[in-house]
Amino acid sequence: MGANSNSTQKRIYMDYAAGSPVDARALEAMMPYFSDRFGNPSSMHSSGREPRKAVDDARAKVAELVNASRKEEIIFTAGGTEGNNLAVKGAAMRARKKGKHIVTSAIEHITIINVMKALQKDGFEVTTVPVNEDGIVEVGTVEEALREDTTVVSIMYANNEIGTLQPIDEIGSLLSDRSAVFHVDAVAAAGKVPINVRQSKIDLLTVSSNDLYGPKGVGAVFARDGVPLEAVVQGGGQERGLRSGSENTPGIVGFGVAAEAAKAEMGAESKRLSELRDKLIGGILDGVDDAFLNGHRTKRLPNNANFRFRYVEGESMLLNLDMMGVSVSSSSPCTSKSLQPSHVLLACGVPTEEAQSAIQLTLGKANAEDDVDRVIEILPPIVRKLREMSPFNPENLDEMRSSAGHRERHHDH
Amino acid sequence: MSANPVRRIYFDHGATTPMLPEVVEAMRPYFTERCGNASSIHSFGREAKRALEEARRNVARLINADPSDIVFTSSGTESDNLAIKGTALFEGRSAGHIITSRMEHHAVLESCANLKAAGFEVSELPITNDGFVRPEDVEEAIRKDTVLISVMMANSEIGTVQPVREIGKIAQAEGIPFHTDAVQAVGKIRVDVKKDNVDLLSLSSHKFHGPKGVGALYVKSGTRIGPILHGGGHERGLRSSTENIPGIVGLGKAAQIAARDMKDCADRMRDMRDRMIDSVLKTIPDSHLNGHPVNRLAGNAHFRFDFIEGEGLVLGLDTLGVAASTGSACSTGSLAPSHVLLAMGLRHEQAHGSLRVTLGRENTHEEVSYFLDVLPGVVSKLREISPFSNEHPNGDDEGGSSVQ
Repeated sequence: MGANSNSTQKRIYMDYAAGSPVDARALEAMMPYFSDRFGNPSSMHSSGREPRKAVDDARAKVAELVNASRKEEIIFTAGGTEGNNLAVKGAAMRARKKGKHIVTSAIEHITIINVMKALQKDGFEVTTVPVNEDGIVEVGTVEEALREDTTVVSIMYANNEIGTLQPIDEIGSLLSDRSAVFHVDAVAAAGKVPINVRQSKIDLLTVSSNDLYGPKGVGAVFARDGVPLEAVVQGGGQERGLRSGSENTPGIVGFGVAAEAAKAEMGAESKRLSELRDKLIGGILDGVDDAFLNGHRTKRLPNNANFRFRYVEGESMLLNLDMMGVSVSSSSPCTSKSLQPSHVLLACGVPTEEAQSAIQLTLGKANAEDDVDRVIEILPPIVRKLREMSPFNPENLDEMRSSAGHRERHHDH
Repeated sequence: MSANPVRRIYFDHGATTPMLPEVVEAMRPYFTERCGNASSIHSFGREAKRALEEARRNVARLINADPSDIVFTSSGTESDNLAIKGTALFEGRSAGHIITSRMEHHAVLESCANLKAAGFEVSELPITNDGFVRPEDVEEAIRKDTVLISVMMANSEIGTVQPVREIGKIAQAEGIPFHTDAVQAVGKIRVDVKKDNVDLLSLSSHKFHGPKGVGALYVKSGTRIGPILHGGGHERGLRSSTENIPGIVGLGKAAQIAARDMKDCADRMRDMRDRMIDSVLKTIPDSHLNGHPVNRLAGNAHFRFDFIEGEGLVLGLDTLGVAASTGSACSTGSLAPSHVLLAMGLRHEQAHGSLRVTLGRENTHEEVSYFLDVLPGVVSKLREISPFSNEHPNGDDEGGSSVQ
């Protein structure tokens, strides 16, 4: 305890949504494919055969994770971003003769938002449905947005910032007798909550390996048999012509093992994490005045807590916590550089200045109860300290005005 | 069961290469304890960002580029797609003229085909019999509406090194962006984007002992290019997606090692290659070398044997423990004859009888000797059962060994 404790304190990582360590079993499985079994899966000789089989085994494991009917419905990509580009652009471009209307939501990942912008430039019309104040899309708004010429509906499974789970089953049922294809960005959800593409009537689904303890630089798109899709990367014709490029065998193998482990262990780990999450939420809301939870209290990912604290900036919170050895995030790292308030929080109706006060904690395998206890212990004093010097804090306003006046008088000299 | 279970000789470095132990070592911590996202501002993120920028410097040094001109991608294929489509389609452009060659990799040809379908015109330049694009053909093909010239640096099948510098000069004089697919060249021959007058250059990590799933595109600053993948705006907005830090670190390490060892490795490989070419052409009747005898990658030998099929040869060698290829590994399961060999003027049946041997830094003279010992037997066995060999007995007009 005490002021000098931060140097000896272990680093606490609570930013698993931004990046995760690779599962030891996954890394172990990858190693031979770096050296001994390095062959190109497209090669005809025997050094290509083993890698080809390994890629197919991994394909089956990822298929099982999302309960696809056949492993051939899985297309490996280089990550969630490429997956979202392939699924949404690929489906929209392929169907452009049938219609050019797309429906999406106001809280999608920046990838989807920017894919939609690119499609708009190409002459597509995009309807963005709102979310309620809990950060959840209401099925009725999707139904209202649908038109005769709607070809793609893209709604995320779980939000990457506030963790809210969307009514995917209901939207899937709604779309089951429509011609529009249903794409789901499940990057934040896969490996944390069970996904069943058949039951949810999903046509296209994006997953990313690192979000479930697989290596970075790998992802996949589930594309239901018969869903028309067009490639965004052309070349040698790998992945059924939908994604060219020599297969990243070690990455794919690691992804497969991680997917298998996630499927097997999800139940117990989610239970453990949601208990930690609930303790964290309770502790912070109790310990800090004017603190609020962003997103729904229970309909959220088991590892996600996202708060806002009136009168402080998320960025300062993050840096102060970092100095104390705790890594969290102020919003999605993909947009963190922009210093813009989160579009997700704004869509939930949070005022701009409050949206800038948000911090996001995403728990993972290495976190234990004492990590949560420590955050509950150190976070409230940081908030208090920041509020003491915050220009937004009404208690500071009078003092600020008088000192500003003092400075001005100084300038008169 | 393999006839020779002990020996495993890998002569297919054009398809992919094993990672060097130092490369695996460098990557390892970034899989586990250094798992941060380079866009995060906390300490884990800053650590990742530092590694990312160090790798960028190493890759830049290998091709004499400014680090800020390196864009990381997931592969050579993606780099080619980004260079070609990103330039052609820049700011909503929907028509224009592109110059490329008939011997390009599928990633280039298919990107161009995609643009053709979207309304662009594409000139595919012919190549000479020994596998070169002629700069004068490039010059002649240039039109007022030419938006891009894309000619590879070294051919993936026959290894011929193209006159990139001259083509770059022509492009520069005309103010047309010049892209070169240098996937087979980088790490093997000296590449200098400044001297070579290149605006865009694709490279791939796993072709020079780095990890798979990583590549880069050199984009000279000021080049008018837009992204093909949309998202969080990473890599100067040209390539969105959370950076694959371990992969990029591995690429950086491989680039550093390639820059250090390139000359020694190339000298050794050239010796082995020349010995191999001499011996094959001497000892096996009706055998030919595809491509130029010397102006080719140090590790590349590409043979043609009359009356037999390359697939049979690859499988026959494989049972004897030697991994080689018919050409490009990318066209999965495709038995179509190589477009490169056809472009060089070979007939279908000639193109079918080809064998590509691509050496790497770990190969030895002893392995070459073993290969030279077993190859004649494989060839003659295949000729015995070939339906073509009776019609064309050895020693006819087209017989004898030659270089083409």
